[in-house]
Amino acid sequence: MHYYRSHVLVCAGSTCVTSGCRAVKETILEGIKSHQLEEEIKVVETGCMGFCELGPLVVVYPEGVMYCRVKAEDAAVIVNEHLLKGRIVKQLLYQDPNTRKPVPLVKDLHFLSKQTKIAMRNAGLINPKDIEEYIAGEGYFALAKVLSSMSPEEVIIEIKKSGLRGRGGAGFLTGLKWEFTAKAQGTQKYVVCNGDEGVPGVFMDRSILEGDPHSVIEAMAVAGYAIGADQGYVYVRAEYPLAVEKLRHAINQACEYGLLGENILGSGFNFDVNIRVGAGAFVCGEETALLASIEGRRGEPRPRPPFPANEGLWGKPTLINNVETFSSIPPIILKGGEWYASMGTEKSKGTKVFALTGKVNNTGLIEIPMGIPLEEIIFDIGGGIPDDKKLKAVQTGGPTGGFIPAEHVNVNMDYESLDELGTQIGSGSLTVLDEDTCVVDLVKFFVEFCQEESCGKCAPCRIGTKRMLEILERITRGEGKVEDIEALEKLCNYIKNTALCGLGQAAPNPVLSMLRYFRPELEAHVRDKHYPASVCAFPFDSPCQNTVEGGVR
Amino acid sequence: MPMVTLTIDGKEVQVEQGTTVLEAAKKVNINIPTLCYLKDINVIGACRVCVVEVKGARTLQAACVTPAAENMVVLTNTPAVRNSRRMTLELILSNHPFECLTCVRNQNCELQSLAEAFGIREVRYTGANPEHKEDNSSVSLVRDPDKCILCRRCVSVCEKVQTVCAIGPQGRGFETVIAPGVDMVLAESNCVNCSQCVLVCPTGALCERDQTEQVWAALADPKKHVVVQTAPAVRVSIGEMFGKEPGSVATGQMVAAIRKLGFDKVFDTDFTADLTIMEEGSELLERVKTGGTLPLITSCSPGWIKFIEHFYPTLLPHVSTCKSPQQMFGALAKTFYAEKAGVDPADVFSVSIMPCTAKKFEAQRPEMNASGYQDVDVVLTTRELGRMFKQAGIDFNELPEENYDDPLGISTGAAVIFGATGGVMEAALRTVYEIVTGNTLASVDFVDVRGLEGVKEATVKVGDLDVKVAVAHGLGNARKLLDALQAGEANYHFIEIMCCPGGCIGGGGQPIPTNYEIRQKRINGIYTADEAMTLRKSHENPAIQQLYKEYLEKPLGHKSHELLHTKYTPRGQFKVD
Repeated sequence: MHYYRSHVLVCAGSTCVTSGCRAVKETILEGIKSHQLEEEIKVVETGCMGFCELGPLVVVYPEGVMYCRVKAEDAAVIVNEHLLKGRIVKQLLYQDPNTRKPVPLVKDLHFLSKQTKIAMRNAGLINPKDIEEYIAGEGYFALAKVLSSMSPEEVIIEIKKSGLRGRGGAGFLTGLKWEFTAKAQGTQKYVVCNGDEGVPGVFMDRSILEGDPHSVIEAMAVAGYAIGADQGYVYVRAEYPLAVEKLRHAINQACEYGLLGENILGSGFNFDVNIRVGAGAFVCGEETALLASIEGRRGEPRPRPPFPANEGLWGKPTLINNVETFSSIPPIILKGGEWYASMGTEKSKGTKVFALTGKVNNTGLIEIPMGIPLEEIIFDIGGGIPDDKKLKAVQTGGPTGGFIPAEHVNVNMDYESLDELGTQIGSGSLTVLDEDTCVVDLVKFFVEFCQEESCGKCAPCRIGTKRMLEILERITRGEGKVEDIEALEKLCNYIKNTALCGLGQAAPNPVLSMLRYFRPELEAHVRDKHYPASVCAFPFDSPCQNTVEGGVR
Repeated sequence: MPMVTLTIDGKEVQVEQGTTVLEAAKKVNINIPTLCYLKDINVIGACRVCVVEVKGARTLQAACVTPAAENMVVLTNTPAVRNSRRMTLELILSNHPFECLTCVRNQNCELQSLAEAFGIREVRYTGANPEHKEDNSSVSLVRDPDKCILCRRCVSVCEKVQTVCAIGPQGRGFETVIAPGVDMVLAESNCVNCSQCVLVCPTGALCERDQTEQVWAALADPKKHVVVQTAPAVRVSIGEMFGKEPGSVATGQMVAAIRKLGFDKVFDTDFTADLTIMEEGSELLERVKTGGTLPLITSCSPGWIKFIEHFYPTLLPHVSTCKSPQQMFGALAKTFYAEKAGVDPADVFSVSIMPCTAKKFEAQRPEMNASGYQDVDVVLTTRELGRMFKQAGIDFNELPEENYDDPLGISTGAAVIFGATGGVMEAALRTVYEIVTGNTLASVDFVDVRGLEGVKEATVKVGDLDVKVAVAHGLGNARKLLDALQAGEANYHFIEIMCCPGGCIGGGGQPIPTNYEIRQKRINGIYTADEAMTLRKSHENPAIQQLYKEYLEKPLGHKSHELLHTKYTPRGQFKVD
């Protein structure tokens, strides 16, 4: 075994790729070569490290020094100064905006200190293309434990004990779902991983698939053992080519190492994983639409019952879970369900990955125990609102979620508390809005998204979302009528109550949440033709014309 | 089957597990309104009209797809339910052209009926609508996607019952349109023109190509000698358009009404149906004798013919070379009849009344010109004929019965049963048996080939030969037989295939509605008509005997081959430029 004196981790999650991390990596490699340090220093391309605001990121071990916003030119300096001479490059360090002091070590980052990484434990740390790095972190130990010392029933008991709930958005108790599928009649069963991640602004599933694909593969094999399935499918949206590539590579490696395929670890248990790629439909994140898509049929949801646990892929019992849900499984097996349940709240156990975006200083992925107050996420972990602007609201759950207005910013982040406020945890999207955000305009954007992504099967969603959008478009164009608000509310409640699937049922949520917390802003648009955030101010030439009392013509 | 007990609107009802709330409600006389629902064919919960409140459920549930569960409590008529149904209708109407007065389905449209039942007086949510192009490419049927409510019934029928899959949802969401794929129009697709989709369409989005104007014009043209033939299935269904029970045998009144329209001669397709039996029976016997391609498969259903041309072209040698009765008639009308009547065949305008829209396609197939002219000029469906009667102010139910004209109006019971599935087979057996054995049948009824079961089989002892026959109706059932044939597992001598479920009485040109119960009633009418006829075997038809004596000489003779036999066109499945 070759020992390196230093490991240089270059974050290569999709976000950093688009920011130019490949050039950074190439420069570092060139520099290492030119100084003949190839035997001493290893460059590792990892998955998403989570601090997306600061990318491209380079972390040098063993010190754990983090360099942020690294450009190719900076990379040369890192090689010459840090790698060659051991001198930290101060100008590339992260500067804490509050203390104004540099924070050289990644472990000292405040952003990190509040996080408990379980699903994201390996992303950003290991080379996803090297299965041995995964194994070195107790990878595939859970599968080995399960195959050698646990019965399928015992596995399910452990998952039930953990209290893990589906992380894709529905929040259904994972252990219960595994139990239903295990009990379903039939010899052919399937395990499906939902990697469609369609909610705009959310990218934890992508980061896990890119940065730690083995955790999903291992978990699927564990699930297969627990429910009696020998075949798994990972459905990845077409827009995630890096994830597909990393996953494919990982599957092949796992097969090579005998951790997938026939007679895994000599246990007699067989499990195969195949990839199925989507084709650009948000609705295919809905489980029955996803299964239809895998079957080669038009990706449209169907009524349930029957549920996939009893009749899923090709009519067979199918367990379908989200990427983040699966990624949480191996640690639960190794450390026990009780350990997982010791975190979080009474009904919302464990940790959740949130995508913190919008008007906040520290954007990126954070994994925190359920129940942490939103306030802490925004102002502590998130580093507060830039430019000293006032917090207006936090939008959660994406285009099918709602608002947490500033007055409720102390809410605890768990499923129940957010349901009470009329929004959801959902997939974990947290978009911070400040005083300059027009809620009406944002809601129109969300409704437009749902309307475009509607599959078209049922009338309430197909036509209803279109009519909702038309009303909002008129309002944001300055042509809103007073009757529009009541008409909109009636329409929303109807669609929510009548649509066939979750997309339609949740599409009105942003509107209903706006009506609950920001009705005055909507009324200002419609009645007064006054646009508080000056975003929809089409009839005005400049924002100041709009904001002056009484308007100016 | 375990039973479950649930409560619907306070009434307790016990049903078998697996029964839907919709069906359970029917048992206690609660008719939950539906729109996209089509029993056994389209049960998808898409339109959301049939929603009900189910205690404990987060949202309203579609009754047609919700299985009844033990102790379930259902409310079908609460304010929330009515409000939701109303909203659904308003939204669908907001997306629908308000053209009722000029629509082909005026007064016979399910959307109209629901709007009326719900007392919709205004549509509160109006907005943009996708604008789709009308598809007029097909000679058989017309697509008007602007009127489509995306219920998916047509897709389900074409996919599940006919297994053709000519149309399906294209695009997504609000822009979804039901169309052939890859931007094709119907005429370019594998559509077999059967119009089963038209029968199930709740609105005017799909309809037959109306050619009544052509017929009115010919009738008004003093130069034209207009003759008409009527298919067996029409006589047991035309009455439905005037309030009669499905299956009422209204032959005499139909002939009287047609004559009132001004046709020069009113003839009967049944005449050439008897002729078809003579030709096809002989063809069967010849193939048996000479070791020709067996099983022989019937060829009178043009939807079926286009189906085999697309999907199983290698099996075409099995198909009988006999033309359909319609086309045999067409060829004879402009040769044998024109000669006899002393009319210039160029002046003969040949019309046929059919339960079928695929016949419109058949009539203009390039090879259907044995007479030297297009053998059949225009095909009208039962629906079009009914409209002509109404336009002419004919009081159908008050008409005295009249008879067909000679000579192409004489027929037997064997001919009229062509209209039902199994009828061609039974008619053929009645003749083949007597010709081969020389004996008279004790009973002419071959009940084994009758009825609505998808695939029927029978073995009939004809002399020394055990004749094995099979009958299929609906192309999905045809496929079963053809797949067996390809696999070498179809050991039959003779197969009858009808494109439409129920046979011609269930054809795409028949009065709407046409459902399982109505098909059954029309079939009963067919056999009633058969039993009422004096002659019930094709070879006993004196006019047919005379035709051979005078003109054709013998079955499969030279003249027959010239006028009464045809060839087919392998089409394959994918359009190649």
